[in-house]
Amino acid sequence: MSIKAENIKYIYSEGTPFRTVALDDVNVEIKEGDFVGIIGHTGSGKSTFIQMLNGLELPTEGKIIVDGTVVGEDKKKLRAIRQMVGLVFQYPEYQLFEETVAKDVAFGPMNLNLPQAEIDKRVKESLELVGFNYDKIKDASPFDMSGGQKRRVAIAGVLAMKPNYLILDEPTAGLDPAGRNEIFAQIKKLHDKSGVTVVLVSHSMEDIAKIANRVIVLYKGKIHMQGTPKEIYSNAEELKKIGLGIPQIAEIANELRKKGFHIKSDVITVEEAKVEILKELRRRKNV
Amino acid sequence: MFKNLTIGQHYPVDSPVHELDPRVKIIMTFIFIISLFVIDSFFPYLFVIAFLGIAITTSKVPVKFVLKGLRPILMIIAFTFIINLLMTPGRIIFELGFIKITEEGLKQAGFMAIRLTLLIMGTSLLTLTTSPIILTDGIESLLNPYKRFGLPAHELAMMMTIALRFIPTLMEETEKIMKAQKSRGADFESGNIINRAKNLVPLLVPLFISAFRRADELAMAMEARCYRGGENRTRMRQLKINSRDYVASLIFVVYLAAIIITKIW
Repeated sequence: MSIKAENIKYIYSEGTPFRTVALDDVNVEIKEGDFVGIIGHTGSGKSTFIQMLNGLELPTEGKIIVDGTVVGEDKKKLRAIRQMVGLVFQYPEYQLFEETVAKDVAFGPMNLNLPQAEIDKRVKESLELVGFNYDKIKDASPFDMSGGQKRRVAIAGVLAMKPNYLILDEPTAGLDPAGRNEIFAQIKKLHDKSGVTVVLVSHSMEDIAKIANRVIVLYKGKIHMQGTPKEIYSNAEELKKIGLGIPQIAEIANELRKKGFHIKSDVITVEEAKVEILKELRRRKNV
Repeated sequence: MFKNLTIGQHYPVDSPVHELDPRVKIIMTFIFIISLFVIDSFFPYLFVIAFLGIAITTSKVPVKFVLKGLRPILMIIAFTFIINLLMTPGRIIFELGFIKITEEGLKQAGFMAIRLTLLIMGTSLLTLTTSPIILTDGIESLLNPYKRFGLPAHELAMMMTIALRFIPTLMEETEKIMKAQKSRGADFESGNIINRAKNLVPLLVPLFISAFRRADELAMAMEARCYRGGENRTRMRQLKINSRDYVASLIFVVYLAAIIITKIW
């Protein structure tokens, strides 16, 4: 069970002067249980790529295979694929439209023609998954809520489809640090507890370093690097060359190492750095 | 993808026609339309075609593009042709059952078809050679004298400019929301008319909300930069009549004279 992208090529406005190759020769396999981070600049093809995973865009060349089904081959299967591959867009709060939170979250399951009892159950579950008290929130209007709350409602709207794969495009864009941490904590919990495969598109190296177990770096429509966060971030020079950075803490660790401190080269989170620095300080004290 | 979208149908090349003052072009188009309806015999249309031919050639807009403007109203042209053909009383030249075609009807229908075709081609040339922003500048300037009678010329033009500016933005937004709702299993393509209309609610509600939000933000941003309407406002792009405009006007006057002379004869 996996999402496979085989030799994907995507060309915009073919046959006009505006022709652009958005993706070129992209090969990726997202296995069940993965937590994949995708990083890249604006225009690197990230958004196009994730929209292909649930059939919103079809590749010009190549195939996307979701659990053995080729996306787009049979239009009738598109809805089933969109149920399996849940896609949360950037600023998802702008898609809210119903009078109450519960009704809005129910929109997805309703399109799946589920029985009412199942819909209600799913609405309750997904609202609780994103940290709401169902009874308190269900009759509120989504338009009276704060930005962060709206976003959680929108994410719940996708979760209510019970996707096996959850794809999030910059889920924390425009949120304050508290809101950001909350969203990330919930995504992490979702991945760990319900076993949902997560694909996360983000600008933030810190966030990706903290929670992803695999990182894909897209650059000008091509896969530039692929590997574990440690593998990717130990290649700081390469990342800087294409205008991306490494987590701040990795940067600090690198600088300390240059100054002669004995610190491991693959430090990418604050927690790891703390352990390493304390270890080094103790060693120095004992010398 | 929508960034490259041309609003309306402006065809951006450098040509003498593109560089004409928008006011001159608007007035010429206006009189051109009137001239089309003044003509009542077939011969003077040759002048019109010649004039239009010169204008299109100098504008460097491919004829294909000018003709493309005809496509949406082809039905209307056909419809007026048939109505005129069948409904004009006169000397019957062909009869089949209840269908009666008269000589006058045939003439009238021919006139209408030619008039409409030329009218659309002429007005398309205006929008093809003038960017929407410059066009609104021209309209504002032409409406300025009516300010005395309480016509809010600047406000009208500003509204038009803003509306045009936001067409691509809203299209992009529509596409985004559509995709988001499709991801939640929404279906915009199948079903009968009533169902389809119902299915548009998840698209239209967010779209309206975002349009209002954008309007709010824009108003705020404009106020923050001290926008107070047209009073004492100077403009970056000054409209100026120069020699090119005189030449164009002269050619147009010759065309008009030709039409009027054939009319009097």
